[in-house]
Amino acid sequence: MASTIRVRAIASGDSTQVQSLISHPMDSGFVKDSKGQLIPPHHIEVVEFEHAGKIVFTCLWGPAVSKDPYVKFTFKGGKKGDDLKVSWVDNKGQSDSLVAKIQ
Amino acid sequence: MGLLPEAPDETRRIILKSAVGLAALGLGAGAALTSAHATADAKAWPQDAFKQKSEADALKALYGKSAEPSDKVNLDAPEIAENGAVVPIAIASTLPNVTGIAILVLENPNTLAAAYKIPEGTEASVASRLKMAKTSKVVAVVESGGKLYTATKEVKVTVGGCGG
Repeated sequence: MASTIRVRAIASGDSTQVQSLISHPMDSGFVKDSKGQLIPPHHIEVVEFEHAGKIVFTCLWGPAVSKDPYVKFTFKGGKKGDDLKVSWVDNKGQSDSLVAKIQ
Repeated sequence: MGLLPEAPDETRRIILKSAVGLAALGLGAGAALTSAHATADAKAWPQDAFKQKSEADALKALYGKSAEPSDKVNLDAPEIAENGAVVPIAIASTLPNVTGIAILVLENPNTLAAAYKIPEGTEASVASRLKMAKTSKVVAVVESGGKLYTATKEVKVTVGGCGG
């Protein structure tokens, strides 16, 4: 199966800009399905971005984050060809991770 | 080449294809195994903070203190969001030593929408997309030097249909 994570990290100067999209329903627990049943909450809780053995960014997400969440941030360091590791875990214990190359 | 019949060439192609497929499968399985050991830490999630119904309670649960407004917190959100399911929110700050950023949507069922940990060396700037139940004040919170600073902006959510 294709990864749920799409990430683009671009190094420029002495910093790296990271944009990431994760494919996830992010069900809030407040929405009903077509039968009127509440869809139980199912959302990502923690996303970690790791570069050179150091966590450079941590997202703590509640159910109010949009479906297929997007996030953008910038960290100092990182150069072309370096590995950037992205991993997430959700409230049902599902998880995924990906190692991307900085461009 | 013309002397050879078509069939063997095709068989060869199929064999090659399945070999490539198997190799890809093997790689996929390998990746899955290694990722199982190093996923994000679910225990880091502040469950209590995400259950709070008010700004003060959420901040207390998350950071253990209260906040003061600051013009050095920059909250970029639309005046009017046509689709409450996807509201782009960006927060940046010029404050020094920023260690955390949080976003609160006051009228949502649970106030805290997202929190970000900013380690040293990462810029105090984040953009993401949130869901909003209805028109609400959005509060950006920045933790800098052990203190909390906020910026607030009202975002109008227009509900589609029925002239809403």
